[in-house]
Amino acid sequence: MRPFSYAAPATVEQAVSLLEVEGSEVLAGGTDLLSLLKDDVERVERLVALRGIGDLSGVEVAGGRLRIGSMTTLQELRDHAEAMAAVPALGTAIDGVASAQLRAMGTVGGDLLQRPRCWYYRRGFGLLALAPDGGSMVEAGDNRYHAIFPQGDARFVSPSSLAPLLVALGAEATVHGPDGERRVPVEALYRTPRAEGERENTLGPGELLVEVTASVGAARSAVYEVRQRRSLDWPLMAAAVSLHGELPRVDRARIVLGHAAPTPWLAAAAGDLLTGGELTPERIEEAARAAVEGARPMSGNRYKVQLATVAVRRGLQRAAGMEA
Amino acid sequence: MSDEAKGSGFSRRSFLRGGAAGALSGGLAAGLLPEDAAAAAAPKDVDGVPTVGPGPVEVELEVNGVVRRLEAEPRVTLLDALRDHLDTTGPKRVCDRGACGACTVLEDGHPIYACSRLLIESAGRSITTVEGLGSPDAMHEVQQAFVENDAQQCGYCTPGFVVAAAALLARNPRPGEREIEAGLGGNFCRCGTYMGILGVVGAPGHAAGRSGGDHGG
Repeated sequence: MRPFSYAAPATVEQAVSLLEVEGSEVLAGGTDLLSLLKDDVERVERLVALRGIGDLSGVEVAGGRLRIGSMTTLQELRDHAEAMAAVPALGTAIDGVASAQLRAMGTVGGDLLQRPRCWYYRRGFGLLALAPDGGSMVEAGDNRYHAIFPQGDARFVSPSSLAPLLVALGAEATVHGPDGERRVPVEALYRTPRAEGERENTLGPGELLVEVTASVGAARSAVYEVRQRRSLDWPLMAAAVSLHGELPRVDRARIVLGHAAPTPWLAAAAGDLLTGGELTPERIEEAARAAVEGARPMSGNRYKVQLATVAVRRGLQRAAGMEA
Repeated sequence: MSDEAKGSGFSRRSFLRGGAAGALSGGLAAGLLPEDAAAAAAPKDVDGVPTVGPGPVEVELEVNGVVRRLEAEPRVTLLDALRDHLDTTGPKRVCDRGACGACTVLEDGHPIYACSRLLIESAGRSITTVEGLGSPDAMHEVQQAFVENDAQQCGYCTPGFVVAAAALLARNPRPGEREIEAGLGGNFCRCGTYMGILGVVGAPGHAAGRSGGDHGG
């Protein structure tokens, strides 16, 4: 690792001031950032460590809302009985991080804002991995784990374990910055970089993710991940679903894919298709097919289109208690 | 532990001292006097929050029940500090990327990858390595069970597995299959001693009665 300096603010306001200085970077659980620094993929002049800001940790279920501080570790959230009872699918998503060490170190904010796993990015070719002639190295190369919904020049996939579920739940993120606080839907944390050097999140200089909140109790939700192996690895494809209404009637449905696109991928048409009808095996099949409409797989990831339909189907079955 | 160490575990005062030392030994900004180099390398405080490094900082933490103090740059990982500065070589440096588990230690009782934690982040905290669990003369029950189940071969992953298994059993003395996967999924053994390790966590304390000989380890 290259040398860097280190500051440990005690308050969110101090952290924001520190992060405004160019070359500063947030250190949360560190499980990914340290690897990026060791590999010289990212460089920092100053790490702003959030571990000492007690206000950023904690889970609360009150007044029909779930509140999760961004520095809450995945294990702390997993061990929070009320939160798990309110949204059991959170437990499924966390269990997908199949390492006690990563659950103990990794934070909710870190999961949501972790950098993509794309191996072109990780080898230093940038998030867009464009060749000198402007062509896509991903298109031309090994793209077996890449996006089936590429956006612009971006073909990496959003790797967060929690984001698809939080988007499906309509969760909000609270961001603190130099201009104060703003609350946005979790999906608004993400963007597709249009040029090399742009990040895949929407946090500006000095901005810090403070917490996420979601209303609980109104919807049934589920997460289904398709994995190559059960031990420590990212899933190949993931689907999160939420269903509002007195089943089998569905008043509103949200279906979100992970590992499918550069951002958590809201399959709006698939959710709309279920809205206002009865959830039947036939409707579930239709929704699963609708979720992958418009997919543009590349040479090596056509199989992920099929995995997406499986993940959506199983996710809906799980949320509805219709699992075989 | 001193009050200062309880607060943050690293000290601003010693940074100033250590910064100059770092300039002397680390060859920062050749041609400058050491004091100038330290000043040049020291980023400004923001909002009254001291920024330390990039030169050495004094860090205090507890390792296996003993308070240890050392000077190290903020970029030094807990793993490298344990192995290279604190003579604690039980945790192994294998992948160094938080993917294999050989460096697993307990931090305030929680299993972590020491390779993926900066030393300075563990300041003021309590670290337990495989050496702290037990000794050859007085083994921890998990260590004893590893021996009795022949749960090691080349031994490189073993210290991490022992610590992860101890953490799992401390949380859950009778883990089921899924719980064992969840507890030990972050550790890998390339020799394939998994069957022996399953014997360890499946029946600690009763391991002697179990066969550990038919897994090719």
